[in-house]
Amino acid sequence: MKIRTKYHGEMTINEEDILHFEKGIPGFPNEMKFVLIPLTDDGLFQVLQSTVNEDIAFITTDPFFFKRDYDFVVDDAIVESLGIQQEKDVKVVVIITPQEPFNQSTANLQAPVVMNKNNNKARQVILNNTNYLTKHPLFAEEPVAAKG
Amino acid sequence: MLVLSRKKGQTIRIGDDIEITIVATANDQVKIGIQAPKNVEILRQELFEEIQAENKAATASVDNLLSNLKNLSNLKK
Repeated sequence: MKIRTKYHGEMTINEEDILHFEKGIPGFPNEMKFVLIPLTDDGLFQVLQSTVNEDIAFITTDPFFFKRDYDFVVDDAIVESLGIQQEKDVKVVVIITPQEPFNQSTANLQAPVVMNKNNNKARQVILNNTNYLTKHPLFAEEPVAAKG
Repeated sequence: MLVLSRKKGQTIRIGDDIEITIVATANDQVKIGIQAPKNVEILRQELFEEIQAENKAATASVDNLLSNLKNLSNLKK
């Protein structure tokens, strides 16, 4: 099917690639269908794009690249609601909040997006008992100035 | 909103499956115990609102997204 996207113009997607967020996501409770579109060749960044609303798209990234020891427990209720049977079926991305300048952008480590690759069910999980930030800087230290 | 007064140790039933108990009170703080089925999500309201707000901010458009991202990837390597 064809969809209009925020950063990729019009594109064709497979229905089988559509992720189903049964409860939408906080702030967008009626947005239940998204696709994860790769953005960069190194697989680090993606766009989580609504298949219905062109403007609703999130830049996402692999959290473990920016925080190697990122770790959380997916509680039973989530495992059950996503039908997760094994850990390797789980894919996690986190949503980036863009800032100006862009290298001040932050990642929401407190509410990762958890996806079951097996059945394409997905959910943004709000972690209750961790110290992770909703605004985790993508750079832990000040970025090194560009050459010159 | 239904407003009930409870003393420490008292409980409120909500529906068939949810119970709220006032565990302790001290100064400005109330400790609340909640029994609910596993599939009912329980969150501090301000945390939920924080995530909502963050998600909304995250839909802001980024100009020159791909080149911005390439710069970020390179800096991180």
